[in-house]
Amino acid sequence: MSQGSLLFIIISTALIDNVVLSQFLGICSFLGVSKSLKNSVSLGAAVILVISVSSAVANLLYTFILKPLDLTYLDTIVFILVIAALVQMVEMFIKKSSPALYKALGIYLPLITTNCAVLGVALTNVQNEYNFIQSVVAGFGTAVGYTISISLLASIRERIDEKAVPKAFQGAPIVLMTAALMSIAFTGFSGLSL
Amino acid sequence: MNKYVERIYNGLWKENPTIVLMLGMCPTLAVTTSAINGVGMGVSTLFVLVLSNLIISLCRKIIPDEVRLPAYIVIAASLVTVVDLIMQAYTPSLYDALGIYIPLIVVNCIILGRAEAYAGKNEPLLSAADGLGMGLGFTVALIIIGSIRELIGAGTIFNHTVFVSRPFPPIAIFVKSPGAFLIIGFLIAIINALKIKNRSGELVNGCDEGCMGCSFAQFQNPQAAAAKSTAAVKNATAAVKAATEQARTDAKKKDGNVSASSGKGENK
Repeated sequence: MSQGSLLFIIISTALIDNVVLSQFLGICSFLGVSKSLKNSVSLGAAVILVISVSSAVANLLYTFILKPLDLTYLDTIVFILVIAALVQMVEMFIKKSSPALYKALGIYLPLITTNCAVLGVALTNVQNEYNFIQSVVAGFGTAVGYTISISLLASIRERIDEKAVPKAFQGAPIVLMTAALMSIAFTGFSGLSL
Repeated sequence: MNKYVERIYNGLWKENPTIVLMLGMCPTLAVTTSAINGVGMGVSTLFVLVLSNLIISLCRKIIPDEVRLPAYIVIAASLVTVVDLIMQAYTPSLYDALGIYIPLIVVNCIILGRAEAYAGKNEPLLSAADGLGMGLGFTVALIIIGSIRELIGAGTIFNHTVFVSRPFPPIAIFVKSPGAFLIIGFLIAIINALKIKNRSGELVNGCDEGCMGCSFAQFQNPQAAAAKSTAAVKNATAAVKAATEQARTDAKKKDGNVSASSGKGENK
């Protein structure tokens, strides 16, 4: 399969180069919000929404404003500001258009602004020289990979809560151990021959 | 203790950003495949942290409260762009090794966390010292984690070969992604065990809501904000109560004095 084909991009971003377990982006919310499965799935849905929209906008900005004006070195500043503004707009839009969805996702949206996965995807897309469609698909795939891994971790943590964990390992250490085992499992995907 | 030294000690040990506060975990996990990468990431973050703390502290009276976070982000992003260009020019191999994690210093929670918690409220030189301490604490933690991973995973430290096949052949998984989670998990567990043994301090537990929960609790987490404001209201009402009581007792005393003096006057 060719490097640029959409199926290749979606599988490699979601599974092979999983954003959390092999690229280590978005670790904070991965460790912090994974206490219950319900919250994790809501956060995952919000992340899918925000990353897809932001990678589209970042790609448009890069191709039509930064590149023609020869300002590509400003990409970090521009992207982070646009993402922050975008999250605010998405939040206001959802609040107006569907209060039920806002109730489910609302509190997670501001948390996503400082999620490094959002900025990371925008910058990786630029590095890989993806076009508009490819950027959106890569963003969507990355966010799906994030949702998969945070939901898995949350389900495992719900079970760990009922077990007797040595005192020194309670809290963060046992979660990191779980993540290490998940990461080992996910390295299996690198054997996929696409 | 000198207050500047105190800030540096605070960042290095007491509130070490990596192993005590668990901030900035993304770069910590990602770039510590070798000790030298740890140094590169640590020093570039240190540079951004000192300057951003200094500039934010200098501007703290100009920046309106409502837009302080975007302002902080712009300051940090400009500094990160500077670091990015400098590293691209002078240390190309390190630049390639660290890759996307250099621009991502912008969203490192340590930077915004210190801006929000310290630099936005304190004088410039103290804030710079705070940034220096936090940056040093981060660098030292990265070097320790990087050295352990490089030693177990490749048998080298700072690219000097320590062992090849004895006592054990290098375990490659420690320089791959699972090793990062394992080593940091064990480090935190060891610190916890020491704390349990000495019965001192709270266990390292990370933040419930991740970095953002720590640095922006009152700003972005409505529940925490509500809890904080009710606490503030309670404090205020308590203060008002105390003040009124004080005033009452004062008034009583005064009345007493007045009546006493008036009594004296009558006696005369």
